[in-house]
Amino acid sequence: MTLPTTVAALSAGLAQGDFSSVEITTAFLDRIAAGDGRLNSFITVLPEAALQAAHAADERRHAGMAGPLTGVPYANKDIFCTQGAKTTCGSRMLDTFIAPYDATVVTRLNDAGMVMVGKTNMDEFAMGSSNESSFYGPCLNPWKTSCVPGGSSGGSASAVAARFIPFATGTDTGGSIRLPAAYCGISGLKPTYGRISRFGMIAFASSLDQGGPMATTAEDLALTLGIMAGFDSRDPTSADVPAEDFMAGLSQPLAGLRVGLPREFFDANLDARISTTLEAAVRILESLGATCREVSLSSTAYAVPAYYIISSAECSSNLSRYDGVRYGHRCKAPKDLADLYQRSRAEGFGAEVKRRILVGTYALSTGYYDAYYAKAQKLRRLIKEDFTRVFAEVDVIAGPTSPTVAFGLGQKTADPVAMYLSDIYTTAVNLAGLPALSIPAGMVDGLPVGLQLIGNYFGESRLLNVAHQYQSVTDWHARAPALES
Amino acid sequence: MTQWKPVIGLEVHVQLATHSKIFSGSSTAYGAAPNTQASAIDLGLPGVLPVINARAVDMAVLFGLAINATLARRSVFARKNYFYPDLPKGYQISQYELPIVNHGRLLLPRPDGSHKQVRILRAHLEEDAGKSVHDLFPGSSGIDLNRAGTPLLEVVTEPDLESAAEAVQYMRMLHTLVKFIGICDGNMQEGSFRCDANVSVRRIDDTVLGTRTETKNLNSFRFVERAIQYEIARQIEILESGGKIVQETRLYDPDRDETRPMRSKEDAHDYRYFPDPDLLPLLLSEEEIIAAQAILPELPQQREIRYRTEFGLAPDDAAILASEREIAEYFECVTRLTNLPKQAANWITGEVFARLNRDEAAFAPSKVTAESLAALIARVADATISTTMAKQVFDAMWQGEGEPDAIISNRGLRQVTDHREIEALVDAVIAESPEQVAQFRAGKDKVFGYFVGSVMKRSRGKANPQQVNDLILARLRAP
Repeated sequence: MTLPTTVAALSAGLAQGDFSSVEITTAFLDRIAAGDGRLNSFITVLPEAALQAAHAADERRHAGMAGPLTGVPYANKDIFCTQGAKTTCGSRMLDTFIAPYDATVVTRLNDAGMVMVGKTNMDEFAMGSSNESSFYGPCLNPWKTSCVPGGSSGGSASAVAARFIPFATGTDTGGSIRLPAAYCGISGLKPTYGRISRFGMIAFASSLDQGGPMATTAEDLALTLGIMAGFDSRDPTSADVPAEDFMAGLSQPLAGLRVGLPREFFDANLDARISTTLEAAVRILESLGATCREVSLSSTAYAVPAYYIISSAECSSNLSRYDGVRYGHRCKAPKDLADLYQRSRAEGFGAEVKRRILVGTYALSTGYYDAYYAKAQKLRRLIKEDFTRVFAEVDVIAGPTSPTVAFGLGQKTADPVAMYLSDIYTTAVNLAGLPALSIPAGMVDGLPVGLQLIGNYFGESRLLNVAHQYQSVTDWHARAPALES
Repeated sequence: MTQWKPVIGLEVHVQLATHSKIFSGSSTAYGAAPNTQASAIDLGLPGVLPVINARAVDMAVLFGLAINATLARRSVFARKNYFYPDLPKGYQISQYELPIVNHGRLLLPRPDGSHKQVRILRAHLEEDAGKSVHDLFPGSSGIDLNRAGTPLLEVVTEPDLESAAEAVQYMRMLHTLVKFIGICDGNMQEGSFRCDANVSVRRIDDTVLGTRTETKNLNSFRFVERAIQYEIARQIEILESGGKIVQETRLYDPDRDETRPMRSKEDAHDYRYFPDPDLLPLLLSEEEIIAAQAILPELPQQREIRYRTEFGLAPDDAAILASEREIAEYFECVTRLTNLPKQAANWITGEVFARLNRDEAAFAPSKVTAESLAALIARVADATISTTMAKQVFDAMWQGEGEPDAIISNRGLRQVTDHREIEALVDAVIAESPEQVAQFRAGKDKVFGYFVGSVMKRSRGKANPQQVNDLILARLRAP
């Protein structure tokens, strides 16, 4: 049996009876067992539960009840609550936490018959751009194991890139799907805010967090997004928009497509080789019928500071519930209540999480609120208006996902601001609540380069269409790393 | 000696009478075993999200209409951040800058018939915290999260109240109102209606407000009155001896009848309020407000006035009958069926209330239905039975023996109204009592009662008392 590695091909093979879910699930589990000791892309692998689910999927297929994705294995970022299996959020704080419920995303994927094989590594509470803040140790980049996979959904990106799994969920608060997708050479979509339920997805910054699919191809993103998306009455910020068939528009030609290239994205921060790579990608889009023009997103420079104030403010409040009282890490033999709080949180949280809680607490404090949080909200509105203005003239915005390719492990851990600047092209999208994806568009120094495409609100179909058309004439997405042993 | 003027503002926490919590589907019923009414949302587990209970919003809207307030078309939930073991998320969801109810008022009646306006600055929706239990487990504390997430409406006045008595009058009126419109059960022992009092004093000719203190968690009218009285006296004493009032939060100790400091302004929390990103702004449409208006009942104060002017009831009767919705509706139903409002009022404030007091029971219209009471009143009005008999009948009705007509006929209680029959009884008594007749005619009026009593006894209580009275008088006065 040759094991296909796209969701689409696995779906087709299962439908044709080329293989069973148990067979392919076993094969993917074997790959994880063989290779993940090196990459550390999984926090938890669930072979027994996976094989049980695969068996059930095969029975469902025999009963004629299978959907297109029934029996296809996948993994969840360890930020999505899974009933009966640990959900750690990459933190010592939740090292032993088992949720009594599934996240809505997990329910939807499992109900479609997909087979969850495990939970992927991530930056602690999704705070990080390199996956180095995980309590479970860094996950590595399969293209070069001395490099980071990007974060915070580094485990999902690394596992998909290494072909351990055809598809994994991720979350994106400031770039956490797109950045690791770019660094690992896979496709990753951050949908419009509200498109996918946040219920059961552990909150980092509630107004920015959005779940999304990570896979090797845009077509796979479209297939899986169709399952993940949809209104959820348990999430008040979930958008009540009609369900869409994201596959329907994939093969639409790009003739007439208007692409905007933001001047501010092709600035001095951008590695010149990435710039050159992306120019080639733009020429391909033009060859497919698109017209490209320069546009301006003048508020780009404010995105990172506004993002770090708002996301830290929200996280400082969201993470207050981890107090050692009801669940999660509790310090040994607390002397009194203050000691219980202080030591449980001091021991349970890592340095980056603590830094952000402190920054956020400061930004919300009396006397600083107006100067920081309120001002950041004003910038957020400006950024939104900037995009609205540009989307009056273009259909899609194209640019880099990150100013560099994957950097070395430990290279930026001592300098948080340098680390934060990896997100310079991604955070504005979250502040505005827009959909965006990253697809591989070339290599620099043996490492993948990501092309970021940003769409208008609920314009995922168009984004996926452009990405799919690009992938129809390129093969960057099909290249897999040869895992160093 | 300086004259001092107290300045008082109240913050009343009204627990809304919804079946489920404000952001989860858990029951709000009181008294369940600890933590049996705490869902994943109430526990603040990772990844869960709050979903607003539409009934709580409806209740806030109803309250806003009842106090003539402005209803915010857009209000915003905010997080009030602080750590406490019974606060599961580390923040309380409340409304801060943009509350749902703004600028209402209550009118307190004064003895001279005029009214004092108490301005209500705002009323906002929020969730209650859980409870810490300190006396159950030696060496450690327990947390009961059944109450966590119970919906509250916090009603905040301007500092318009000028005495402890006025504060209590306001609180009683608010208590009556929230029960009347059905948004709160008003049970103060269970904490459904509790109050924080902001108190300061200033010299009578001073325009600047004095430094205030806040006394927390007053859960009875008496405690509110005592705590405010204590606080006023304490502050005046400090100021008169040249001291300064410290801005602080205080706690009232009912056992020692005093307030004492809980925390000062210096160690007050910085709550770091900010809009809750999990909840979208709460939008109210014109249609929703119109729908609420349609179900808003006539309010106690309006009813009270109507009972006095339209039905001619005494002020006390009007006030008590208008104070509870079920009683008011019961009274109005009996009145409608009999067209005898005063009799209806007398029966309810007299017989019904007396039995409720005796049984220590709350009013329940099903005990003796309005239809049954109206039938009884009608039997008195048409002289089938006397008022005295009616009380016996009512007793039987209260015992659940059925409808008045059946009881009357079963017990043979039909009143004797036959003129000749009564005449015969009266004549017999007079004939047997020459001594008493002489006494009466000599001007000893008190003896009249002897004749009435004797006639009624012979009739075994069935003679129509009015007829008995008239006949005896006629006979005795006859030459």
